[in-house]
Amino acid sequence: MPHAVTGSETGAPSQSAGALLGELVAHLRQHQPQLREEWARRIIAGRLLSAMSADEVHAEAASIYDNYVEALKTGTLEALQAYARGLSERIIPRGVETSEVVEIVLLLRDVLARSLFAKYQADAGVLNRVLDAYEPAANRIAITVAVGFVEERERTIREQQEAIRELSTPVLQVRERLLILPIIGLIDRQRARQLTEQLLRAIRTNRAKVVVIDITGVAAMDSNVANHLVLTVEASRLLGAVVIVTGLSPEIAQTLVQLGVELTKMHTVGDLQGGIEEAERLLGYQVTPRAGPAAG
Amino acid sequence: MPVPILKQGATLIASIQSALTDAELRQLRDALVRRVGQDRARGVVVDVTALDVLDSFASRTLRDIVHMIRLRGAETVVVGIQPDVAFAMVQLGLTLEGVTTALDLEEGLDHLARRLAGDGGGPDQGGSGA
Repeated sequence: MPHAVTGSETGAPSQSAGALLGELVAHLRQHQPQLREEWARRIIAGRLLSAMSADEVHAEAASIYDNYVEALKTGTLEALQAYARGLSERIIPRGVETSEVVEIVLLLRDVLARSLFAKYQADAGVLNRVLDAYEPAANRIAITVAVGFVEERERTIREQQEAIRELSTPVLQVRERLLILPIIGLIDRQRARQLTEQLLRAIRTNRAKVVVIDITGVAAMDSNVANHLVLTVEASRLLGAVVIVTGLSPEIAQTLVQLGVELTKMHTVGDLQGGIEEAERLLGYQVTPRAGPAAG
Repeated sequence: MPVPILKQGATLIASIQSALTDAELRQLRDALVRRVGQDRARGVVVDVTALDVLDSFASRTLRDIVHMIRLRGAETVVVGIQPDVAFAMVQLGLTLEGVTTALDLEEGLDHLARRLAGDGGGPDQGGSGA
């Protein structure tokens, strides 16, 4: 029940926290234009949200303010959470940093607290109770907005990682029944799994007999990934394809031996060229340069 | 339902059409080992395309079939293992050691034809020469 704020600044001493919150929500609504303006002015003065124009800052400030007061009034954060997520989605691509978002929310908290100080300064007892009601609610809101922003950012990063992963694992057919799988970059568990699935499917659709997996571009490999590679080689064999692994760096070779990975089943060749030549031999191709005067 | 075993020249083809119980698998093993001698077969193809699962008993039985038939003087190719099944099998350590595998029936027959012609061409698969 929002109390009508009457002339008396000091409410009844027995007022509950809920009633106090109602009272201060009414106060914030009543002074909405000035407070909003003050907040937007301080955002711009602090050179926050520099990616946005002053008009945009004012517009966003207005709707954040309303959502903020609404969250204070109802005590539920869902609506604010959804709004924070939507806002993050809009501002993340424009390069807004986490620190800016946190600072902006804390600025609003500060602006509102100052206004409460001004209103209740005559009576320290009431001021204390009002702040007791206001501070925890304001903290929860600040946390919600900051966490919402960070979560949104992490989601964006995850999506980008996913996209990069898919781009970076092509399975290529170089000859009839010969596939090449060049692996570049870091292999983690998830990517290793994805590689295997892609490779096994490609063996089936391309009716491959020989696969060359080139790991020249892989800087390091742990025992999980190495064992996964061995599993991939064996699974490919069950599909009737021979796997040749090429381009093991000295570091990886040392790691694999030190880890004691079961390598006897792996067919390895020094570099990609050697691997393709070996594959051609297995498939019965014979590649010879065309003899003729044109050949230097 | 027993697995039908078809004769095609010097090759026997056993095409598994549905999931098999352990008893049916043993039955298939016995029938194949017997028929190799009866029909004077030189090659055998076991087609497992229809199987969604190959558990440890099935894998061991397949391996036994291959070794027994080798002792009877013929060569076996297991064909049609699905990608998902293959990966699940190796994760369980069921790698069908010493068993020649091929992508599908056509590949398997092709492999046997070359083997029987004494060519031995194509990629050599671990253990098949033993």
